[in-house]
Amino acid sequence: MNRLRAQSWLFAGTVLLAMLLQLMPLPAPLLQIKPYWLALVLIYWAIETPDRVGLGFAFLLGLAGDVLAGQLLGEHALRLTVLAFIVLRFRARLRFFPVWQQTLAVFALLLNDRIVVMMVRGFSGEAMPPPAFWLSPPVGAALWPFVFILLDDLRARLRGREA
Amino acid sequence: MALAPGDNATLFSAGAASTLRLIVYLAAAVVLMILDHRGHYLQTVRGHASLLIEPLYRLAALPGDAARATRTAVASQTALAAENRELREALLLAQARLNRAGALAAQNERLQDLLEAQKSLGLSVQMASLLDIDIDPARRRIVINRGAQQGVSVGQPVIDASGIMGQVVEVLPNTAVVMLLTDPNHAIPVTIERTGLRTIAYGDKDARDLLELSNIPTSADVKVGDKLISSGLGGRFPAGFPVGEIRDVRNDDTGMFATALATPAAAISRSSEVLLLHDLPQPYGPVQPQVDASAPPGADAAAAEPAQPEPTP
Repeated sequence: MNRLRAQSWLFAGTVLLAMLLQLMPLPAPLLQIKPYWLALVLIYWAIETPDRVGLGFAFLLGLAGDVLAGQLLGEHALRLTVLAFIVLRFRARLRFFPVWQQTLAVFALLLNDRIVVMMVRGFSGEAMPPPAFWLSPPVGAALWPFVFILLDDLRARLRGREA
Repeated sequence: MALAPGDNATLFSAGAASTLRLIVYLAAAVVLMILDHRGHYLQTVRGHASLLIEPLYRLAALPGDAARATRTAVASQTALAAENRELREALLLAQARLNRAGALAAQNERLQDLLEAQKSLGLSVQMASLLDIDIDPARRRIVINRGAQQGVSVGQPVIDASGIMGQVVEVLPNTAVVMLLTDPNHAIPVTIERTGLRTIAYGDKDARDLLELSNIPTSADVKVGDKLISSGLGGRFPAGFPVGEIRDVRNDDTGMFATALATPAAAISRSSEVLLLHDLPQPYGPVQPQVDASAPPGADAAAAEPAQPEPTP
């Protein structure tokens, strides 16, 4: 029970941290290449604990992201839902991929996410984003191994303390 | 999709990623987006959620704020130092400008004095500026920026606003060397204004920028404060110009004559503009045997610059 609670704290903490990182102000040149932290955390938890992270959670998380970002209500929701769906579909493989393959998969996911954003923006009649817009997926993918290993380690420690 | 059969059944939690749910959620998201795009509900939602959002914003801003704070703390140090340096330079510059303005004012005053001297004298003069001060303590000479091409000739008296300064001893094409009254080799015939006593004021041998009146009879009436004016004897200097003021009288070593020290009337070491007198006065001394326009008349023994040969051709 305790262990579950610790896991829950970790889960909530990472989600909160992802939101903070998503909001964190950066110098203007770095702003364009800010990785999609929400997606990275969501991918991790979708791979590791699918019972906790379903499409519904992704949708809600997306709504929260929308409220925080204040752009267009539903945009993040749509993006994260799509992301969660794909991850959950391929979870069985993703989970046992070596890290570098996972990284490639994450890269593909984030790239797909960017395409979704482009579509949404296109439909809502906004201007096309600048080229730096496409730098975010590689950065996010490059960060993935660290996110994955860090979170895995944290979870392992929690488990070890309980045991 | 290339899913292995049974993937769904065994590894996915039931229905977690079913296409139907995906479609439902996507539709919900799209509807939300359309509604928001039309009606801008997001602002309202954010307004309601602000209690929750704002702490998050604050929290997210913390690292950035801290970074900015440290950056300003560090950067302001260097910026302040740079600004300090700039301000100091500016101050120096302003100080220099101020000094220059002061110097200009003083120069203006001096020039006006010179002008007045020229006007009151009714003399034909030529103005010249000092080029360099020959600070060889043994020789009191200055260089002026007028020379042979400007009509300067050897022997011309040089005055400033307050008195005689010296005479031209060497002429170069565009510059001339002036021997000052205080040069040890210089002598000028003077009259003591109060008593009319004629004597000769030599340059000071000790480089004190003073004039020395030696061989004054002990019986002569010479007091401290007596004004010396040029006597015009010898014909080199015009008569009646202030030369100096007695500041010290004493008996010389032999005890037979008195020696007086006089302060030059001209600002010997301060003037930067001088006047060259052109029209030489009528000589009181014996008439020169030959009349030559280029040579100054009246070069008798009592006149100045014993070291300088006369430029008579």
